[in-house]
Amino acid sequence: MEMINVTIDGIAVEVEKNTTILEAAKKLNINIPTLCFMKGVNEPGSCRVCVVEVEGWRGLHPACVTKVSEGLVVKTSTGTVREARKNILELIMSNHNRECLSCSRNLRCELQTLCNDNGIDRLPYNGKVEKGCIDTSGPIVRDPNKCVLCGRCVSVCSKIQDVGVIDYAYRGAHMTVTTAYEEGLAGHDCINCGQCIKACPVGALSERDDTAKVWKALENQDLHVVVQTAPAVRVALGEEFGYAPGTNVEGKMVTALRRLGFDRVFDTNFSADLTIIEEGNELLDRIKNGGKLPMITSCSPGWIKFCEHNYHDFLENLSTCKSPQQMFGAVAKSYYPIKADVDPKNVFVVSVMPCTAKKYEADREEMQVDGLKDIDAVITTRELARMIRQAGIKFNELEDGKRDSILGAYSGAGTIFGNTGGVMEAALRTVADKLTGKSLDAIDYTAVRGLAGIKEATVSIAGMDIKVAVANGTGNASKLLDRVKSGEAGYHFIEVMGCEGGCINGGGQPIIKDKNTTDEVKAARIKGLYDIDKACVTRKSHENPEIQKLYAEYLGEAGDHLAHKLLHTHYIAR
Amino acid sequence: MQKVKEVLNRHGNSKDNLIQVMLELQNLSGTNSLPHEWVEFVAVELDMPLSRVYSVITFYSMFGTEPRGKYVVEVCKSAPCHVTGAGSLLAMLEKELQVKPGQTTEDGVFTLIQSACFGACDISPAIKIGDKVYGNLTPEKLSHIVNTYREVQ
Repeated sequence: MEMINVTIDGIAVEVEKNTTILEAAKKLNINIPTLCFMKGVNEPGSCRVCVVEVEGWRGLHPACVTKVSEGLVVKTSTGTVREARKNILELIMSNHNRECLSCSRNLRCELQTLCNDNGIDRLPYNGKVEKGCIDTSGPIVRDPNKCVLCGRCVSVCSKIQDVGVIDYAYRGAHMTVTTAYEEGLAGHDCINCGQCIKACPVGALSERDDTAKVWKALENQDLHVVVQTAPAVRVALGEEFGYAPGTNVEGKMVTALRRLGFDRVFDTNFSADLTIIEEGNELLDRIKNGGKLPMITSCSPGWIKFCEHNYHDFLENLSTCKSPQQMFGAVAKSYYPIKADVDPKNVFVVSVMPCTAKKYEADREEMQVDGLKDIDAVITTRELARMIRQAGIKFNELEDGKRDSILGAYSGAGTIFGNTGGVMEAALRTVADKLTGKSLDAIDYTAVRGLAGIKEATVSIAGMDIKVAVANGTGNASKLLDRVKSGEAGYHFIEVMGCEGGCINGGGQPIIKDKNTTDEVKAARIKGLYDIDKACVTRKSHENPEIQKLYAEYLGEAGDHLAHKLLHTHYIAR
Repeated sequence: MQKVKEVLNRHGNSKDNLIQVMLELQNLSGTNSLPHEWVEFVAVELDMPLSRVYSVITFYSMFGTEPRGKYVVEVCKSAPCHVTGAGSLLAMLEKELQVKPGQTTEDGVFTLIQSACFGACDISPAIKIGDKVYGNLTPEKLSHIVNTYREVQ
């Protein structure tokens, strides 16, 4: 690699050719501020917050997209640069709704930090362009009056997720980010993945706040309120309270949920195990009896809606299993009321999810049994943190609590549902035991782990070669399905998670403020889940004692009539 | 949709020709604008997100998303025209045509809009009526020009 010598703020440094000024400065621990920049995803160089001076060059240059050349002398903090940055920020603020105190992103806002760090002590300009109404049509809420037009959401939606439901419209002072014809997101192909929320530097994008609904239920003495928390929540919630990404705060979370007033604290890991029993059974049935293959997982509601919009040919390939969230609800309103001696009509089921699409999934018309909705309210990891703060609970000081029985026990397999490759690995652990009739010890399927967008493996079980693939991010799912469609690739079983890295990076997870550390945070959260998996007494779904009891006492066999009625669903070409 | 298909085919069903396709479709529309369902059809045929096509057609003031009059009167709102008197031209047009920017006259002949610079700064203040550019205008001159369009009707 050709090396280049540059001097930044008087310090000489040698960097590889094609390095940007921004990256070269980082090597010297010089932090050049950025706003619109998201490496590899959104690099328009348009916000100009990162401008620097280059000796011998006219004007100021954006550090994020300017490549270094031999002998370059860069100054990142001259009076001219500081003045320009201030001016740019003042102009951005001129058309930004500045109701910071009531903004969901208050204290976590990149623009707020930029203003604070760059000496904004007055706001001299007052823009007058109104950009339209807040879109509250679905679980993703868009406020164009807070939008700073950085384009990060647009890029993530089209380039990473291959959805492209939002884009710029109009020009100049009237430019805005919107859907076609400014109809709400709900009227379009939006899959509710919430990756736009995570990309947004400000509070222009957020999830619909459902905490009021949950508070109200908790205060209603007639209701028996139970809560489930998804696998990925426990390794990310801590970030809201100062813990490092990936720290497992399950114990404190359980205690916090009890203090909030939930009657029972259960676990989506339990119903993830249940999903594996049903899905594993379905896979074996399809393989043995010539069913439609490849079978594709159905746990990710963002992915499901994506498939319903874009891949009608594959709807029959989707597993008919409901997602763990919905399976939990169905069991919590059928089996659980019998055991707990409560009226199913009074059971109110709350989900804490790393996901914004789960809010949509819970409201799907088919997600009910005998007139009872599986799930009554869905809140994200961020919303739970909000509730804990609002209740004045000192999270960091809490003792570890234990899950309630009988929907609370889980295996390591159910835990890794929260990361890419985890559903596949969990399924293989059970399918391998079923096919061999033994309890196998070699259960680490490392080929399907990791952050690669598409992973493939061939697994030999009992003389049978099972070809599997894993995609994360709907953009990668598109690529994979196109290859299957063209006949270029063939598999028995495909796992798709709608978000890159899986649920640990879902649209409802804590905001990663420094976008340059996104991959490290994802990896840390995944490691957190595998650490739990390793420490679990049982690491296979079918060995979960509460699952065994559920089948023995109530459901009968996997795929039987009752299991089908409660735990399976169908899809709609949209 | 046959009409739309023909135009698309003539342009090789290519994204690169989106603007040309849209201009031809607008001319065929009879409403001097792009019908919603045509835009959706084009997006599907060219395998583009509808939001992206909408982005393009709202960027250029020559495209309309709602039915417009026979002639679109565009008043330049960029700086050079602004300082040489575009404001008085706009005020005169609003009075003469009895419409605000974005509206169409009752007889369906004119739609008044403000648009970004169309490159006639040398003869500012300038306006466009349909494809024709008029420059070095005063309200009196413009009034005369508008009347000639009226008389043709």
